[in-house]
Amino acid sequence: MPPGILTLADGLAAGKATLSPANTGFLLICSALVMIMTPGLAFFYGGMVRVKSVLNMLMMSFISLGIVTVLWVLYGFGLAFGSDSGGVIGWDGDFAGLSGIGLTELWGSTTVPVYVFAVFQLMFAVITPALISGALADRVKFTAWALFTALWVTVVYFPVAHWVWGEGGWLFKLGVIDFAGGTAVHINAGAAALGVLLVVGKRIGFKKDPMRPHSLPLVMLGAGLLWFGWFGFNAGSWLGNDDGVGAVAFVNTQAATAAAMLGWLAYEKLRHGAFTTLGAASGAVAGLVAITPACGAVSPLGALAVGVIAGVLCAMAVGLKYRFGYDDSLDVIGVHLVGGIAGSLLVGLFATGGVQSRAKGLFYGGGLEQLGKQAVGVLCVLLYSLVVSYLLAKAIDRVMGFRIAEDEEITGVDQAAHAETAYDLTGAGGGAMARRPTAAPAHPQGTDRGTGPDTAKKVDA
Amino acid sequence: MKLITAVIKPHRLDEVKEALQSFGVHGLTVTEASGYGRQHGHTEVYRGAEYTVDLVPKIRIEVLVADADAEQLVEIVVRAARTGKIGDGKVWSIPVDDAVRVRTGERGPDAL
Repeated sequence: MPPGILTLADGLAAGKATLSPANTGFLLICSALVMIMTPGLAFFYGGMVRVKSVLNMLMMSFISLGIVTVLWVLYGFGLAFGSDSGGVIGWDGDFAGLSGIGLTELWGSTTVPVYVFAVFQLMFAVITPALISGALADRVKFTAWALFTALWVTVVYFPVAHWVWGEGGWLFKLGVIDFAGGTAVHINAGAAALGVLLVVGKRIGFKKDPMRPHSLPLVMLGAGLLWFGWFGFNAGSWLGNDDGVGAVAFVNTQAATAAAMLGWLAYEKLRHGAFTTLGAASGAVAGLVAITPACGAVSPLGALAVGVIAGVLCAMAVGLKYRFGYDDSLDVIGVHLVGGIAGSLLVGLFATGGVQSRAKGLFYGGGLEQLGKQAVGVLCVLLYSLVVSYLLAKAIDRVMGFRIAEDEEITGVDQAAHAETAYDLTGAGGGAMARRPTAAPAHPQGTDRGTGPDTAKKVDA
Repeated sequence: MKLITAVIKPHRLDEVKEALQSFGVHGLTVTEASGYGRQHGHTEVYRGAEYTVDLVPKIRIEVLVADADAEQLVEIVVRAARTGKIGDGKVWSIPVDDAVRVRTGERGPDAL
């Protein structure tokens, strides 16, 4: 993704780069597009849970916009994209508080200001921990989750983003292709979900109680927002449009998503007998995940192949949790981990060598070299995130307890954590202040008690 | 007086309502209900997980009627609600001791 991964963009860098208003404006719009993905994800997840925990599900994503933004401004950008030390972490005093950066100072060899790059990358850091929350529906303490988010981005996301995209990051130097976040975002979040699940455990009633999505229209709305925002995520990741690579990434994003949606639906129809809306939404997201690392490396035909493979693979993978008995509630592992691995490895097969870099995949005569590099990237991010996320969750569980109490889980985490109810659809109640008509003529009553403002129900405010 | 209660398929509500109106019934109460009888629900699929949904959406209608009309009205409701397919529901009537019209305080058959 970042400053001209390998070859083509280096040509641009050869001449002294100047600030491009077009690229700068485009990237600011892309940043806003990526921002809308987090609320989109909140709806995508929120619609899938039961009525009693929808607000909590929305908040687990939303809170990331708060926490991660603050940390990013303070030190996150510095850790991820500051000057490299040893290929594993960055730091730059000027990036602390985002305060030592010149207005027109350009990012690396690109034509956009550092500020624009910083805010674009911030949105990636925001959505990644939010992705994890889908595995933990209905049952975790909100404070524990907020603490986990802060710690996780600090010790997992910021370093991994540096490995993959930072100038000097060790996976970057190795030549792993991850255009927009197959490893750093999706495998990272999916593996973390697995790590936390090992600590947190199943929902009460998993595999016994029906846990139907309470609002599929919300799921579709969320999937639509994700799809829309993903164009910023992928096409923006080239950080400019001087060589057409961003446009290919845009086309590939659409192609793979379409193919994945059809792939999931076809599998589902054959296997379970119906084309479901949840299948369409899930298939689209699976395609978006899988094309994320690959959208700058493959041709549109390759993107169709990546999409359909990911769609079918993820549709098969979401059933595994019932076989192995882990409660990945909204299939973060089945969709993001599996989709991220599929997309990252498929780069090793379908890379044409004619888009973002000259690295060719197996099907284009490049042999197994790129596939090997991709596998290293996948495995390292997966293992690091899995282990560290498990340890973090374990520590939080020791100190404050990660789960809510059993009775709170049964009545619903919305009440326990947020003191709110998602939907009030009753028309009943109210009217205590209204003037009552005179008593019925046939049965005159003695005193007319209980009227007027003096006996009105009190609302604490 | 009798209270007629009918649990029917939601899409038959308008038919039943019109049939009762054309007989001259002045008011009724409708509640969204759920339940099952011999048809025992249906199956839904979410990401490959099959759920048996036992409780099927139904409409519950309650009408207070005069004793003399009760038998005929039960017949009218049954005819209007019937589709001939499984899950059409049930209609029953029970005796009622008293009734009051809240606004005027009228009692008994006058309150109907």
